[in-house]
Amino acid sequence: MAKNHVTTTINGEPVEFLCETQQTLLDVLRDELQLTGSKEGCASGDCGACSVMVDDRLVCSCLVMGVEAEGSSIETIEGMADGENLHPLQQKFLENAALQCGICTPGFLIAAKSLLEKNPDPTETEVRYWLAGNLCRCTGYDKIIRSVLEVAAEAKGA
Amino acid sequence: MSALQYKAPTSVDEAAALLAGASGEARVLAGGTDLLVQLRAAMIAPELIVDVKHIPELTSVSVEDGVYSIGAAAASAELHENADLFAMWPGVIEAMDLVGSTQIQGRASLGGNLCNASPAADSVPAMIAASAVCVIAGPNGTREVPVEDVATGPGQTSLAKGEFVVTIRLPKKAPRTGDAYLRFIPRTEMDIAVVGVGVCLTLDEGGVCTAARVSLGAVAARALLVKDAADALIGTKCDDAAMANLDAAAQAACSPINDKRGTIEFRTKVAGVLARRATAIALERARS
Ligand SMILES: Cc1cc2nc3c(=O)[nH]c(=O)nc-3n(C[C@H](O)[C@H](O)[C@H](O)COP(=O)(O)OP(=O)(O)OC[C@H]3O[C@@H](n4cnc5c(N)ncnc54)[C@H](O)[C@@H]3O)c2cc1C
Ligand code: FES
Ligand code: FES
Repeated sequence: MAKNHVTTTINGEPVEFLCETQQTLLDVLRDELQLTGSKEGCASGDCGACSVMVDDRLVCSCLVMGVEAEGSSIETIEGMADGENLHPLQQKFLENAALQCGICTPGFLIAAKSLLEKNPDPTETEVRYWLAGNLCRCTGYDKIIRSVLEVAAEAKGA
Repeated sequence: MSALQYKAPTSVDEAAALLAGASGEARVLAGGTDLLVQLRAAMIAPELIVDVKHIPELTSVSVEDGVYSIGAAAASAELHENADLFAMWPGVIEAMDLVGSTQIQGRASLGGNLCNASPAADSVPAMIAASAVCVIAGPNGTREVPVEDVATGPGQTSLAKGEFVVTIRLPKKAPRTGDAYLRFIPRTEMDIAVVGVGVCLTLDEGGVCTAARVSLGAVAARALLVKDAADALIGTKCDDAAMANLDAAAQAACSPINDKRGTIEFRTKVAGVLARRATAIALERARS
């Protein structure tokens, strides 16, 4: 059976890949394109470790078929820093130790970035609801939530 | 394994022909938030997946003379961002917004929630209460079916081979009409309804209820339209006595399962409580 040929844009660069119909977008990112920043925690939409943006929507890449990516624009954690310069959320997560094992971190960062783009000044409740689909087994969430709120507050002050 | 095929037709007719022509099992793909989980768990093994998101009617929202046509595969996040639709049918949109996380909202659709046919699907009682109708296309043309007649039991629908839902139509809303949906879950997010209740009601100028529909989810093999519960409200001002009758009628309609998430007794009692609370919200909306 021939593989599917897919043309897409990832982090602003045109990318073509071949995939089996069964492969999810997460499988393709990790196994075909070696973009291993997106993690697989559950493969069932529950943990958010695989979060990416597809056409400006936050989604679980484990619940998107690789073939569906045809013609779409995808943003992954690999595109978040600007060269050597970390995104303010990445910097803040480091400063606040908002990560331990780090498996959940790419998903949290992508999800938090999408929140702040839509709602630059969220309340704590809004941050907690927006990130309810991202699970972390290590940090207890508090440092993550505070990091997002601090980045929002600093952007407002700037 | 590798026999699985993927097609992304761009018209309703093309999709119907593909689905009807498949020799083995064919599945519609909307947001994939149920379908991909089931594929991965090997609960289903289709030979063809038909992605309907490239068909304009299935992903757009239009309104004509007050009647909304919602693409069956439109993502919930888009419906939530449609301020006019939200203002018109807050109960339906809030119900769909309860589905999953932000990530799930970016993909999950009303059509998928309905056709997955889970008895606990959140948007379904809200759509039933709102008198929503499905426009269904198939190899022999289109037909219209009330939402309450689509799911027939867990994972089962009345759709024939080759048929799929194109749009979900919400009727023109009468003046002084309000709708609401409430569910009970043990947590505040990311959980499956133990009970869900959708209510839509209309008042006359004097505040008397002239029409009502009450639908219960997760208390039977499929979402129920409970006429006795609606009758408890119609002709009243939804006072305490009417609310007590509504509560009793909702409880009487329940035949839930017993599981770790809720006993039969608990689910039945909560159905009555939520029916009253959802009615109170619908009333407030009908009055404002
Ligand atoms: C983490 C997580 C949390 C969830 N939480 C909830 C929740 O709180 N409440 C809830 O109700 N659900 C929940 N769900 C289930 C799911 O997200 C919803 O049922 C969703 O609405 C399904 O829509 P979809 O577009 O993703 O459907 P898909 O997965 O694309 O399709 C679902 C089924 O319907 C069929 N189908 C889809 N569209 C059509 C159509 N137009 N015509 C005919 N058949 C069609 C498909 O073939 C498939 O069998 C959750 C799922 C996950 C993964
Ligand atoms: S791996 Fe996708 S949500 Fe867990
Ligand atoms: S840091 Fe380990 S799961 Fe979040």
